Formats: sequence, C-alpha cells, structure tokens
Amino acid sequence: MIVICGSTQAQINTITPGTKAPTFSLPGVDGKEISFTSFPDARGYIIVFTCNTCPVSKAYEQRIISLHKKYAPMGYPVIAINPNDPNVVAGDSFEAMKDRAKSKQYPFPYLFDQGQSVTNIYGARVTPHVFLIQKKNNQPMVVYTGAIDNDPDNGEKLTPYLENALHELAEGNMPSMASTKAIGCSVKRKKSDL
Amino acid sequence: MKTFLIMLIYFLPFNVEAQKVRLITLDDLYRRIQRGNDTTYIINFWATWCAPCLEELPHFEKLSASFNKSPLKVILVSLDARSKMNKTVVPYVQKKMLSNEVFLLADNDPQIYINRVDLNWSGALPATLMVHKNTRRFYEQEFSYEELLIQYNKIKKYETPISAIGDRYMRFYTSTDQYHYTRH
Repeated sequence: MIVICGSTQAQINTITPGTKAPTFSLPGVDGKEISFTSFPDARGYIIVFTCNTCPVSKAYEQRIISLHKKYAPMGYPVIAINPNDPNVVAGDSFEAMKDRAKSKQYPFPYLFDQGQSVTNIYGARVTPHVFLIQKKNNQPMVVYTGAIDNDPDNGEKLTPYLENALHELAEGNMPSMASTKAIGCSVKRKKSDL
Repeated sequence: MKTFLIMLIYFLPFNVEAQKVRLITLDDLYRRIQRGNDTTYIINFWATWCAPCLEELPHFEKLSASFNKSPLKVILVSLDARSKMNKTVVPYVQKKMLSNEVFLLADNDPQIYINRVDLNWSGALPATLMVHKNTRRFYEQEFSYEELLIQYNKIKKYETPISAIGDRYMRFYTSTDQYHYTRH
C-alpha cells in the first residue's frame, strides 16, 4: 500500500532542462493554431505560462512584451500559454484572454490550454513560469526553466535569469543556471487533479 | 470591582492597539522553531497579492483561536516585497485584525530561501510548513479549515522514531499522507 501511495503523483513535476521539449498545437487568441512549426525561422522559443488574473503575471506582463520585442528578432519569440482552468478561475477564460491580449496589445501568441494537457506535460507550477527552448539539430530542447528574474516587483536588485540564459545561448554556451524557482501564483487546477 | 474597571480602561487601548508586522529572516525563524520543544509550529507563507492566500488566512486564525490552550504557534510569513510593508501589508493585517504573529520575510534571494523552506517547493503561493519536534511537513496547496485541522492533528501526534531520520524520508511521509487524505 505504501509503495503504491509513494509512487502516486501527489504533485506536478516540472520538466528538466536537457530533455526534449514536448510539441503541442494550441489555439491562440487570434484564432490561429500555434505550434513550434509556426515559427520556421526560430532558433528557439520562450514559452511563458502566464495568465490574466495572477498579480505576479500582471507585474511581469510588460517585461514579457519587452522580451518578445527584443528576442523574437534574434530568433527567440515568446509563446504565452495560460495554464489555469477557467472553471476554477473565470477570469482566465478564452474570451477573457482575448480581451486582455487585445487591450495590452500582446505582440506574441497567447494560447488557451483546454484540459491543461500542455501545462501538465511541461509541469508548469506557477504563473509566470518560463521554459526556454533551443532548437538543436531541429529538435526542440529545454535549456532553462524557472523565473524570468528574481524580482516580481521590478526593483533595483534585479538578476535577469532568462536574459542571462539567452545571452549564454547566443555565445554558444549552455545556460550556467539551467533552472531557478519562481515566486508566483499557483497554477489553478481542478482539485481532483491533485 | 473598581480596580478591575480601572485596569480594564487602562488596558483596553493597549489590547486594541494595531498589530505590528516585523521583518524576519529564515535563520531567525528556524532558530525560534528549534527552541520550541513541544510546540507545533505552523508557518504559512502568503502575500497580499495572492488571492487564495487571503481566502485561507481565516482558517489559520480559527485554528490558533480554537487551540489557544495547546502548544501551537501559527506564524504568518508574508512574501510581499519590503517596499509593500507599510503601504499594503500593515494596512491589510490591521484591517483584518489578524491575531497570529505576522512577519515579512527579510531574505531576498528566492533561489536560496525557497529551497531552504522545502526542496519540493516550486515557489507558488500559498505554501505551509508544519514542524513538530523533528517532523517537518510541507504543503504547496490551499487549505480548507477541515484539511488544516486534519494535518495539524496528525503532526502533533507524530513522534519521530529516530532523531537522525532523514529529510527525504519525512517528505515521503508527507506525500503519502496527503494522498491518503485526498483519497478518503
């Protein structure tokens, strides 16, 4: 009995850097289905699990927009995915996502993950939660997971983990800090999933 | 009786004086827990920006009020930014008249303090750490009052058989207990 209990997933495990990034195809707020192949010239992707409702996500919103504007031309576009179950948080419905993307003029796709399957495969646990993907021999590989930086408040003592990782990739190196932890809102899942 | 009334008048303003929020480091918190002997510590990590945290705060208030004769200490540790202390945290604590001790975490590197609270913590809030003697249990979840009561009753009865028991072993216990609970 104990063995059975112990092996049961009591929590979601975050995918580890060095593994292949699971592929997906999800609907975006503009009505288009988005997958890795939607960006044929990309050298990688900045996947951000973020949402409408979490105050930490809101605090990071402008920084995510800036990241896309800076790194999409360098081959790393942002793909935002909302990991929350809209049955738990109504403010994260597909319709609400469309409104938010429009009013904040998101320059990147904002995807709805019905049933939270992509969220669970990646093991997103907080919002915002970043997964940096690099294409290697045409395979999408996870090279960094965690926080955008160490300060949701955008204070002065900022360590930009994600940008540091992107700079290291640009220099042909792997990120020296391959995973970090992020203070944020829990991903809102149905109670029965846990 | 007269003396009593005078005392009441004297102490009344003192008692309704607004609750203070102080800074605390994890080191100080852990030192305090180590000195706790028989006390069960329930440390709830929260933030004013975290809606589910604010929803469960009354359950922690109710628990400490219900067990005010037991060796139970509930400590609320806010992860709000230090800059929010006077603008947001203190007004919230005073408005809600929280009776549990409230601190704001002084440690400023999440990469260090998250793992020092628990290696399995992703950093998502709310999160709760329960400590009784050598037993530690960590919960990255929101509590209902009933769930909180069950976990408190469990840990206060739990005696670690060997003092040198590993952290890993304890975490295994944590996950199985949670599983048992969610199953039944």
